[in-house]
Amino acid sequence: MTVLEIAARVDARGLSCPMPIVKTAQAVKPLAPGALVEVLATDPGSERDFVAWSRATGHELVERSVDGATHRFVIRRK
Amino acid sequence: MDEPLNLVLFSGTDDKLQAAAVLTAGAAALGKPVNVFLQYWALEAFRRDRIERDHGLAPEAGVDGRRHVDDLRRAGQVSWADTLRQAKDLGEVDIQACSLSMDLLAIEEQDLDPLVDGVEGVTAFYLNAGQGQLVFI
Repeated sequence: MTVLEIAARVDARGLSCPMPIVKTAQAVKPLAPGALVEVLATDPGSERDFVAWSRATGHELVERSVDGATHRFVIRRK
Repeated sequence: MDEPLNLVLFSGTDDKLQAAAVLTAGAAALGKPVNVFLQYWALEAFRRDRIERDHGLAPEAGVDGRRHVDDLRRAGQVSWADTLRQAKDLGEVDIQACSLSMDLLAIEEQDLDPLVDGVEGVTAFYLNAGQGQLVFI
């Protein structure tokens, strides 16, 4: 298993829609292309939201997993 | 993604303004431009000295609705004004006051919160709306 180098982390646990996506979009903006962002979110809509956001913006969803109510996403900046 | 999302805000209650702010921030996060046109009671809610006040809820909310909204707020949900500020930081969000409503409510431009970018008429709003979707809230 390769260990990914995370450039920024977004803790959006406890935040409701659309804040997990808004905070992630803010975190991705200043990074260099190819940089990775890890996001934690508990909003139940975040699974579908992150897939859709990744498809629309072109930022790649590299990893996604769920542990209880917490979703974890790793995004690679376009 | 180039056509803008166009929101006409008419209602001035916190629940409807929150719903509008969520739609705005979501579109901004997708890189979609958003035009917001403020009319009547929505415009009233953007007065500089009233924006952070309690603006009540739509009649259908009832007592249970009030409780749910209060619970959400206590759980850390940000206000609609803050949601809009973050949306503006993130993307292309233009908020304009309807000039007719300004006259009707005797509001001057300096009475409005800095979230509002300017005053325009319905013609300018339609022109900027292009072929994008229009939502009335």
